Amino acid sequence: MKRSLFSILTILVLAGVILSACAPTAEPTEAPVATEAPATEAPAAEPTTPAEPAMVEKTVTIGFTSSLTGSQEVSSKRQVAGFNLWMNQVNEAGGIKLSDGTVVKIAAQTYDDESTKERVQELYTRLITEDNADFLISPYSSGLTAAASIIAEQNGKIMITAGAAEDDAYKTGNTSLFQLYTPGSLYLISTVDMLKTLDPEAKVAIVHENDKFSTAVVDGLKPYLESQGFEIVMDEGYATDTPDFGSVINKIVESGATVLLGGGHYPDGSTFARQLYERKAGLKFISLLVAPADSKFPELGDAALGVATSSQWELAATHTPEEAAALGVEWYGPTGDDFATAYEAATGDKPTYHVAGGYVAGLVLQKAIEDADSVDPEKVKAALEAMDIFTFYGGIKFDTTPEAHGLQISHVMVVAQWQKNEAGELVRKVIWPADVANAEPLYPIPAP
Amino acid sequence: MQQFNLLVASLPDGILLGFVYGLAAMGLTLIWGVMNVINLSHGPIIALGMFGTFFMVTKMGLNPYAGLIPVAVIGLFIGILIYGIAVHRVINAPHLSSLLATFSVNMIIIGLGTAALTTSPYNVDFSAGSTKLGSTTILGTRLIAALVSMLFTGGLYLFLYRTRPGKFIRAVANNRSAAELMGIPSTRILALSFGLGTMLAAVSGALIATFFPFSILSGGSYELKSFVIGVLGGLGNPIGALFGGLILGVLEGIIPAFLESSWVPVIEFGLFVIILLVRPSGLFGAKK
Repeated sequence: MKRSLFSILTILVLAGVILSACAPTAEPTEAPVATEAPATEAPAAEPTTPAEPAMVEKTVTIGFTSSLTGSQEVSSKRQVAGFNLWMNQVNEAGGIKLSDGTVVKIAAQTYDDESTKERVQELYTRLITEDNADFLISPYSSGLTAAASIIAEQNGKIMITAGAAEDDAYKTGNTSLFQLYTPGSLYLISTVDMLKTLDPEAKVAIVHENDKFSTAVVDGLKPYLESQGFEIVMDEGYATDTPDFGSVINKIVESGATVLLGGGHYPDGSTFARQLYERKAGLKFISLLVAPADSKFPELGDAALGVATSSQWELAATHTPEEAAALGVEWYGPTGDDFATAYEAATGDKPTYHVAGGYVAGLVLQKAIEDADSVDPEKVKAALEAMDIFTFYGGIKFDTTPEAHGLQISHVMVVAQWQKNEAGELVRKVIWPADVANAEPLYPIPAP
Repeated sequence: MQQFNLLVASLPDGILLGFVYGLAAMGLTLIWGVMNVINLSHGPIIALGMFGTFFMVTKMGLNPYAGLIPVAVIGLFIGILIYGIAVHRVINAPHLSSLLATFSVNMIIIGLGTAALTTSPYNVDFSAGSTKLGSTTILGTRLIAALVSMLFTGGLYLFLYRTRPGKFIRAVANNRSAAELMGIPSTRILALSFGLGTMLAAVSGALIATFFPFSILSGGSYELKSFVIGVLGGLGNPIGALFGGLILGVLEGIIPAFLESSWVPVIEFGLFVIILLVRPSGLFGAKK
């Protein structure tokens, strides 16, 4: 008995030793642009000759989690792909060059947060305390970002948030958060403006996911709808992982609604769109959050036709240096077309606004480092707070009041809708505002 | 009046869905009834059934209903395999051991599934048309799923009550030692029962895949519903499971007519607790 116990113990200890020797210290991410996180070694200064300024190479570690599994997987992977594109471009160009000769290279440290808040909190703590990340980027989604921002704020680490629109996270007295997305409460405002021109008598049903982001959107939407004279015939939330919208759709039909605004994230949004089509809900207009902006959405076939979304950025309506000049704001970064070409070359996909968000997160940090001429967090923070630029993604300016620090105040959204082109293929068109639209709104949606 | 209309509109859907829930629950209660093992890998096996249909339809171009046969057969063999590897050795151990064993299988299947298939939602692109019934639309896929569930229930009933292996299963469920004394190979029968349970789970998953999106994690919610149905209908009673499924399906259909749909799980599990307290043997009595 004792001998078998001893041998079991020995085997366990050996197994533990072997596993710890084999296990990588970081779980490599399988991002579409395969980038292994290089070890964060800042090589010591290598002076070439005493006469030349020392060409010091510094590595800045940017920490973030990505949802490789779970409900946020689809959108999170897009965001990470965008970030990886930026990082690769910077490193291939030789890094960010500072005036004192320092060359800043970027390294990423990332883990799978499994789309859960608990993992986000553990992993961001790890990124800060064990991996010594210099700057942070948020996970994708307001819910996960709210969890991460607490950790970032507690440790005083700058966090650029992408994919996180909910307003409340910035109203808790923070000093280190910087939001790229237009706040959630403003998401559907331009859609309402568009509806007023298409059908001011529309009866609106609001059906949204019961999560931070969608609720923030609806909280901003309802008062505006009412102020514009629309009738809200239904207002209901559904649980995040709802697979069956049958009863909700029955309620929508029963309420006499002609317009549906709502949705949440990709899984529920795409299911909702599919079931609305299957059940012949017969709505004149459908706008869902997030899902229709993803390039996977046309997999729904005819169910995708006519479905609109509020988009943080669309290639067809990408912002231009001319626009920046007209507004008297500094232009920075590549044009939308250059960005899209580079992304397509790297991944074979067309970029969505989630990709742009990830890319611009890195771009904004780059600009801040250049403006601060340093990687010192305090100087970078000051540079971010002073930032007022225009990129292909749109305006970037952060609120610096203590009550709403970091809230994005310069970026505006567009309304996009899936329509069929001459070849009968589904394409996403920009339908509002009129000055950037490349198609008329399809209203009403053709009956199934 | 609006609520009455909603009720009438939601009832058919609830009933049709209830049949499929019942089928899923039958798998769980059969295993529980025969060998006192709670199969915590029930959820992932439902998910595997969903993926079975997915691969049959997308990779082999089969009609999802034709694909039910291979899914059923594979489900049967997976169950026998799980029984042999994980359950057999702990069948006589305290309940916790078999619980942990099936839970480990659950985690293994989910882990492998997540690695191979990720957790993004999958869809089987299949439509069986729809018919308008008054103010509601009945989807063809749900109608067929309900019919198939009824068929399988009937088949299971006939198997248990009209065939020899079925009789052996009932004997082993009743008293294993006595059955062994009568010369019934209890190990093989237990393996067969486990296999039947997983087969039912896999088939219910295959049917659900025709009308809902899914991922490897989707089985979890149906597993929870199966527990509620098992308690409602009486553990080990397949007909009770079917009726329990119908009750649950109808509840899911009519509750949103009066309350927000987020109340559905509250009421479902509230009912679960009440039945456990008031009538623990289930509405239809346990099969013993």
